[in-house]
Amino acid sequence: MSNFPDDLKYANSHEWVRIDDDGMAIIGISNHAQEALGDIVFVELPELETVADVKDEIAVVESVKAASDVYAPISGEVIAINDTLIESPETVNTDPYGEGWFFKLKPSDLSELDELLDADSYQEFCNEE
Amino acid sequence: MGKQTPLFQKHLTAGAKMVNFAGWDMPIHYGSQLQEHNHVRQHAGVFDVSHMTVIDLTGSGSKAFLQVLLTNDVEKLTVIGRALYSAMLNTQGGVIDDLIVYRLNDGYRLVVNCATREKDLQWIEGLASDFKVKITERSDLAILAVHGPRSIDIVCDILPPAMVVPVRELPNFTGVELPGDWFIARTGYTGERGVELIIPGEDAPELWDLLLDAGVIPVGLGARDTLRLEAGMNLYGHDMDETTTPLEANMEQTVSWQPESRQFIGREALSKIKQQDLSNAAILTGLVLEGRGILREGQTVETDKGDGVITSGTFSPTLKHSIALARIPAGSSSCLVDIRGTLTPVRIVKPNFVRFGKKVYDQDAG
Repeated sequence: MSNFPDDLKYANSHEWVRIDDDGMAIIGISNHAQEALGDIVFVELPELETVADVKDEIAVVESVKAASDVYAPISGEVIAINDTLIESPETVNTDPYGEGWFFKLKPSDLSELDELLDADSYQEFCNEE
Repeated sequence: MGKQTPLFQKHLTAGAKMVNFAGWDMPIHYGSQLQEHNHVRQHAGVFDVSHMTVIDLTGSGSKAFLQVLLTNDVEKLTVIGRALYSAMLNTQGGVIDDLIVYRLNDGYRLVVNCATREKDLQWIEGLASDFKVKITERSDLAILAVHGPRSIDIVCDILPPAMVVPVRELPNFTGVELPGDWFIARTGYTGERGVELIIPGEDAPELWDLLLDAGVIPVGLGARDTLRLEAGMNLYGHDMDETTTPLEANMEQTVSWQPESRQFIGREALSKIKQQDLSNAAILTGLVLEGRGILREGQTVETDKGDGVITSGTFSPTLKHSIALARIPAGSSSCLVDIRGTLTPVRIVKPNFVRFGKKVYDQDAG
């Protein structure tokens, strides 16, 4: 697993976005984020049909160490959530870019992706933190 | 770069994530603190706690000195090697530190906290001048704690043969001095069986390797905290400090009131407090949140008798929900905690959650 998959876009609040074949945005938190948080024990996901603006608090991830807010990297409506994380929150630690996805958004403005970082820029950003 | 124990390189080799703890470079975990916690409850884990402060006392006045210094009475240590858990108070009855005191063949050994080292040494050395006692800090010693159901078996498998029988025969809360300035005691901070090995620093790396080869996994400070909280054990600086008396910290059992002639420091202040009406006084008790969410230090607690605060909170890996210690008014029966803005109902229980891997609370504290 790469720590910074290059088919994703990243927010500097450590969320990643992947656009799937249907144009829907799949969102999760990065490997850098899960490592910093430590063992994750609870994930609070948004309700379906929630409409979020970019940078809204949309989910909460709670590790043994601390609770951390997850922010919408782009605007859209929540069309799916990852139920696996309710029973097995540790999936975010073991597979943050795959099975550890949080929710899917129907994007309202795909141009917002241009505001996000690509893998190289995000990696640089993490190295400076 | 902070102070380093003799096992610093071993931690790096084992993949530790290191953090600064009270000026020391210590391992917070080696990959997953949840896995380390569970491994201690189910098998055996080893902790490097060499950052803690070991102080030896010798001299004909050492017993009399400790009888003034400590809330618990070393008179109870009728057997060499026996240990006591005690508080050390200031004259207002506030807790300067909590510690373990062992009776040695010649004198006594105190193990006090790391973060309070300077303060404790200053306090002890200042008072010692009135007594025939010599105070020696043993910074040459390392401490490895090995805990879990398999801990004592594994330790006995790897110890030199001459040490095995004395260690096997150790009663709980007792230690034994062994050749080479080794000291092994059945004390600990996890609620599991196990031993603490206080040994010369240069012996620590080899012992560490033997333990890991025997299947004991290294455990960091992160899991140490979730283990001790499950076992209802206090952490100085969080559950109590100099503004807290033992009565407010679930530590009254460390105060040995008899005989009345034993004038330990803080006795007078504590006695005065005991004479007051304590029906609404602050006490330290346990809280559990069996739903989702985590109780954390500093969160406000609202009870039917007034407000309080969470002093230590975490997710309990064994119970799979959150537990906490909190200071609230005595006699509280209902309790809400402000978790990130939401008032969440919690249950008040005795401050002891897990022993030997099993849940032990099942009734409300009085």
